[in-house]
Amino acid sequence: MPTLTTHTLAVASFLQDAETFAGREDQNSPYAGLREKAKEAFSVMGIPGRKQEEWKYLDLSPIANTEFRNAGAAFDFVLGPSDAESYRLAGKEALLLVLENGKLNTHASPMERIPAGIRIGTLSTLGHEALVTEHLFRHAAVEGEPFVAMNTMLSHDPLILLVEPKAEIKTPIQLAFVAVAGADPLAVTARVLVVAGEGSECTVMESYHTYGEGAPSFTNAVTEVVISASARLHYTKVQVESGQAQHISYHKVNMARDSYQHLTTLTLGGALVRNNLHIRLDDQHINAYLNGLYVMNGSQVVDNHTLVDHAMPNCHSNELYKGIINDRAQGVFNGKIWVRQDAQKTNAYQSNKNLLLSNEASMNTKPQLEIFADDVKCSHGATTGQLDDEALFYLRARGIGEANARTLLNHAFAADVIEQVENDDIQQSLMHLLDTKLN
Amino acid sequence: MLSIKNLQASVEGRQILNGLHLEVKPGEVHAIMGPNGSGKSTLASVLAGREEYEVNGGQVTFLGQDLLELSPEDRARAGLFLAFQYPVEIPGVSNANFLKTAVNEVRKSRGLEPLDSKDFLKLMNEKMKLVEMDKSMTQRSVNEGFSGGEKKRNEIFQMAMLEPTLAILDETDSGLDIDALRIVSNGVNALRGKDRSFIVITHYQRLLDYIVPDFVHVLYKGRIVKSGTKALALELEEKGYDWIKEEVAVNA
Amino acid sequence: MSEDLKILDEVTNSEYKWGFVSNIESDNAPKGLNEDIVRFISTKKNEPEWLLEWRLKAFRHWKTMTEPKWPNVSYPEIDFQDIIYYSAPKKKVSLNSLDELDPEIKATFDKLGISLEEQKRLAGVAVDAVIDSVSVKTTFRETLAELGIIFSSFSEAVHEHPELIKKYLGSVVPYTDNFYAALNSAVFSDGSFCYIPKGVRCPMELSTYFRINSAGTGQFERTLIIADEGATVSYLEGCTAPMRDENQLHAAVVEIVSHSDANVKYSTVQNWYPGDKDGKGGIYNFVTKRGICLGDRAKISWTQVETGSAITWKYPSVILKGNYSSGEFYSVAVTNNMQQADTGTKMIHIGKNTKSIIVSKGISCGRSQNSYRGLVRIGKNADHARNFSQCDSLLIGDKCGAHTFPYLEVANKSARVEHEATTSKVGEDQIFYCNQRGISTEDAVNLIVNGYCKEVFNQLPMEFAVEAQKLLAISLEGSVG
Repeated sequence: MPTLTTHTLAVASFLQDAETFAGREDQNSPYAGLREKAKEAFSVMGIPGRKQEEWKYLDLSPIANTEFRNAGAAFDFVLGPSDAESYRLAGKEALLLVLENGKLNTHASPMERIPAGIRIGTLSTLGHEALVTEHLFRHAAVEGEPFVAMNTMLSHDPLILLVEPKAEIKTPIQLAFVAVAGADPLAVTARVLVVAGEGSECTVMESYHTYGEGAPSFTNAVTEVVISASARLHYTKVQVESGQAQHISYHKVNMARDSYQHLTTLTLGGALVRNNLHIRLDDQHINAYLNGLYVMNGSQVVDNHTLVDHAMPNCHSNELYKGIINDRAQGVFNGKIWVRQDAQKTNAYQSNKNLLLSNEASMNTKPQLEIFADDVKCSHGATTGQLDDEALFYLRARGIGEANARTLLNHAFAADVIEQVENDDIQQSLMHLLDTKLN
Repeated sequence: MLSIKNLQASVEGRQILNGLHLEVKPGEVHAIMGPNGSGKSTLASVLAGREEYEVNGGQVTFLGQDLLELSPEDRARAGLFLAFQYPVEIPGVSNANFLKTAVNEVRKSRGLEPLDSKDFLKLMNEKMKLVEMDKSMTQRSVNEGFSGGEKKRNEIFQMAMLEPTLAILDETDSGLDIDALRIVSNGVNALRGKDRSFIVITHYQRLLDYIVPDFVHVLYKGRIVKSGTKALALELEEKGYDWIKEEVAVNA
Repeated sequence: MSEDLKILDEVTNSEYKWGFVSNIESDNAPKGLNEDIVRFISTKKNEPEWLLEWRLKAFRHWKTMTEPKWPNVSYPEIDFQDIIYYSAPKKKVSLNSLDELDPEIKATFDKLGISLEEQKRLAGVAVDAVIDSVSVKTTFRETLAELGIIFSSFSEAVHEHPELIKKYLGSVVPYTDNFYAALNSAVFSDGSFCYIPKGVRCPMELSTYFRINSAGTGQFERTLIIADEGATVSYLEGCTAPMRDENQLHAAVVEIVSHSDANVKYSTVQNWYPGDKDGKGGIYNFVTKRGICLGDRAKISWTQVETGSAITWKYPSVILKGNYSSGEFYSVAVTNNMQQADTGTKMIHIGKNTKSIIVSKGISCGRSQNSYRGLVRIGKNADHARNFSQCDSLLIGDKCGAHTFPYLEVANKSARVEHEATTSKVGEDQIFYCNQRGISTEDAVNLIVNGYCKEVFNQLPMEFAVEAQKLLAISLEGSVG
C-alpha cells in the first residue's frame, strides 16, 4: 500500500521517545507486544495528510512540523491540591483527580476519597489485574489510527477505573488532565481505561485544561471504555485547553447487552482539536446517546469524527451534534452510522446542526449511513445556516436589542445539548462554560 | 400618536402599499379590514420594521418620532407592539426568560431599573390571569408546540407584560375557536385605556363584536378606500367586499 | 416472510428483457489503445487537425493518470489494452428517411419497443439514435432547423459548426478532469450535439437512444448541449445494451452550458445490461456529466432513473456560476443481484442567490450495493445560497447494502444548507394492507416502491415516466422483502 505520509520532525521525535520508553519497560509484561505492534504501525502511518479521506478537512501540519518535547513520566509535579480546585467541573461532591501531563498527580488528588465499589489506579498499580490485561490497549485498535498507535507506544502509566459489578457510584468521578505549558512545545499522552462491571452505574468526566502560558501543547488522548451487560455509564468529555493547544482524542466504547450510555463531548478550547468517537454496540437491547457541542471563534479548527457501529439487533442510538462557528474558525463533522447485516430492528438517528456567525467561518459536514440490514429505521439530518430571521425579528419586535437577541438565540441553540446532560451539577458547570464562551 | 402619510411599500419588487393615510389618536381603536392581498399584513410588518419590506415613499410619525428611522427593537421600546399573525416558535428559549429580557430592555430604555426575579414573577402571574394562561406555559419554549389558540393568547399576554402605547393586532382572530376568541378579546379589552391605542387588522367582522372599534377602515389595493364606524364593518359582513371593489373601479 | 422470499427469488430469476444481439456488421478498430488508435478514430471520422490534436493531448494526459479507487465499488482491474475503441456499423448510413434504415437496426429498435416510427408518430420526439457510437439517424432535423436549433450527431457538428465545438468542447469537463473523462476525450466516437439559439424554446423533447452492441467494445460517446440566452430545452437519453458474458466499458461525457435565463432539463433512463444473477457480465458505466449555469438565472435540471449496468459511477453535477442560477438533481437508482451503484451529484455554488435541490432515492435488493455520494459546496462569495438535499434508501432483503456519503462544505454564513437522509423498508403492514385489498405481494411492492420514487418520476416527461415505471417493475421483480 502506498503511504501518503511524510516522516516529519514530530514523527521522528515520537519514535525516538518510544524507543527510549521501550528500553525501560519490562519485556515480559503482557503489554510489551502490543507496544511493539503500535510502534510498527505508527512508523508506517506517521502523521496523516489531507489526501486521506479520514483527514480530508483537517490540516495536521502544525503538529507534524513541530518538534515536541515528550512529557514522559520523569518529571516533578507542579500542581498541588489547591490548583486542582480550579478545574472542578463535576460538582462539589465529585471526586476530582488531577492528571498532570498525563500522569496521575497523587499529591493533588485525594486518593483516600475514592468511593466504595470503584477501584482507581494506574498501570503500575492495577496492571496485573485480569480485567486490565483483558482490556487495556485491546479495544482501541492501532490499525489505520496513527494517533492511537502513537498513544499506545508512548503511554507510560494509563489511568484505570474499574467499577465493580452492581456498584452504584453516586459520586461523579472527574479526571482533570492538565497540560503544564512550558518553554518548549510539549506533547502529552493521556490514556484511560474504564471498565463498568455488570449492572453498575457511574458518572465520569474527562476534562482537558492548560496550566500556565507557554509554548503550545499537544495532547494525544485515548480512552477505552467497556460497558458490561446492564451497566449504565454517564460520560462527559470537556475540552477547555488554551487557545494554542492541539488536541487529538480517540474514544472507543464497547457496549454489552442491555447496557446504556450517555456521552457528551463539549469542545470550547484548543487551536486544533480532533475528537474521534467509536461506539460499538456489540449485543442486543443497547441504548446509546451521543451528544456533542462545539463553540468556536478565532481561528480554531474543531473536527468531530463519530462512528456508531450497530453489530447486533434491537439496539437504539441517538446522536445530536451542534456547532456555533464564528470568526475564521473551521468546523468539521463526520458522523458514520454502520448497521451490519445482523443488526435488524436497529433504530439509529443522527443530527448535525451548525450556525455560521461570520463570513470567514466554514463548516464541512459529512454524515454517512452504511446500512446492510433491511428492517431498520435510520436517518440523519444536517443543516448549516444562520439564526432564524423570523425568530430574530420576533425578539427585536419585543424590544430586545439585536446583539442581545443573537446571544439569546445562540445560547438556546447550544444549550439544547447541555440540557441533556443527566447530572445537574455537571450540567450547571457546562452551561457556565458555554455562557463564558458565548459572551 | 400615530400619523401615517402617503405610505408606499414593496416586497420583493412588488408594490403593496400605494399611498396609505391613517391618523390614530390616544385611546382610539381602529379596525382595518380588507379582502385578501389588500396589504393589511404588509402594513403591520412595515410598522413593526420587518426588513424585507421596502418603504419607498411617505412618512410615519409615532409619538413625534420618525418611526421608519427606528430599528425594530427601538420601535418596541418606544411602545409599539405587534401581535403577530403567525408567532414564530423559538426552541430552547423559555417564555419566562424571553419576557424577562424583553421587559427589562424596555424598562431600561425608559430609564427604569430592571425588575428582579421576584417582582417579575409577580407581574407575570398577574398578567397571565388576563388571558387565562396556565403557569406551565412560562417554562415552555416560546410558542414551541403551542396550539393556534395558545400562541395568540401568548401574544396578548406579552402585550400585557410590555404595556405598549400602540398595539397592532394582525389577524389575531384567524384560526381561533369561539372560546379562544373570547379569552383573547377579554384580554385586549382589559388593556384598553385612554392612553393606549389599537390597530386591529382583521378579515372578518366577528372579532369586532368583541373588540368594538371606534373607526373602521377598508384597505384595498394598498390604500384606505373607505372609512366609517362599526356600522361599516357590519355592512361589509353582509355584502362582502365586491361592492367596495366596484366603487373603487367607478371612481378610478 | 418465507413466502415473500420465495417470490423474491422467483422474480430475481427473471432474465434481462433487452438481452439480444443484433447482427449488424461492425467496422472495428483493432483492440488496444495507443496514439495510432486515436489517429485511426480521428481519420475514420475525417476530423480536422485541431480535433486530432485535442484528442492526442487528452490521450497523453490520460496516460499520466490512474484509475480512481475512491468509489464504493469493486471490480477486477480493467485491461484498457483489451478493449476495442471503435466500432461503427459497416453499412454507410446517410439516410433521407427512416425507410432507408438498416432493417437490423430497425428490428433492434422494434425489440426495444422504441421503434423510431412509433416515437416519431406518437410522441413527436426527435431521436438521434446511437448504436455502438455512431449516430445512425437523426429525425426532425428540418423542423428544428427552422427555429435555428441544431441537433445532430457530434461528428456532423464538428464539420458543420466547428466554431461552436471549438468554443465549448471541454469547457465544462476538461480532459484533465478525471481518468474516464480523459479517456473519453481521446477516443470518443460520436454522440449528440445540440444548440438552442437565443430565446428559443425547443418545441419537442430531444432524444437519443444509446445502445452498446458489439462484443468487447467500449462506448465512448460525447454529448454537448448549449442553451443560449433565454433558451429552453428538454433532452432525453435512454440506454440499453444486449446481454453478454463479459463486461463492457461505457465512459461517456456529457457537457451542458446554460447561458443567462436558459433552462436545460436532461433526463436519463439507463437500463444497460446489469450482468446475470451471479454478477457475470454487464456494463461498467463510468460517466462524467456536468453542466454549468454560466449566466444569471440559468437553470439545469438532471433527472436520472438508473436501473441497469453492473457498475454505475456517475455524478451529474451543476456549477452554479450565474447569480440566481439553479441546479436540480432527481435520481432513482435501483440495484439488484450483484449490481453496484455509486452515484449522486455535485452542486457547486459560486454565484449569489444560487439554489440547488437534490432528491435521491436508492433502492437496493439482492446482493447489491447502492451508494449515494454527493457534494454541496457553498463558496465564499455565494451569498444567500440555498441547498436542500433529501437522500432516501430503501432496502429489500438483508443481503444488500445502502450507503450515503454526502459532503456539505459551507463557507458563507448567509447560506442555508439542509440535508436529510432516511433508510426504510417496504413495511410488512403496508404489504398486508394491500394483500387484504386483494393486491398480490409483488404488485404491492411495486406500488409502494413506485410511490417512494414518485417525486423523481414526476420530473420525467410523460413517455419516459411510463418507461421508467416499467423498468422499475422489471428490476424489482420478486425482490419482496
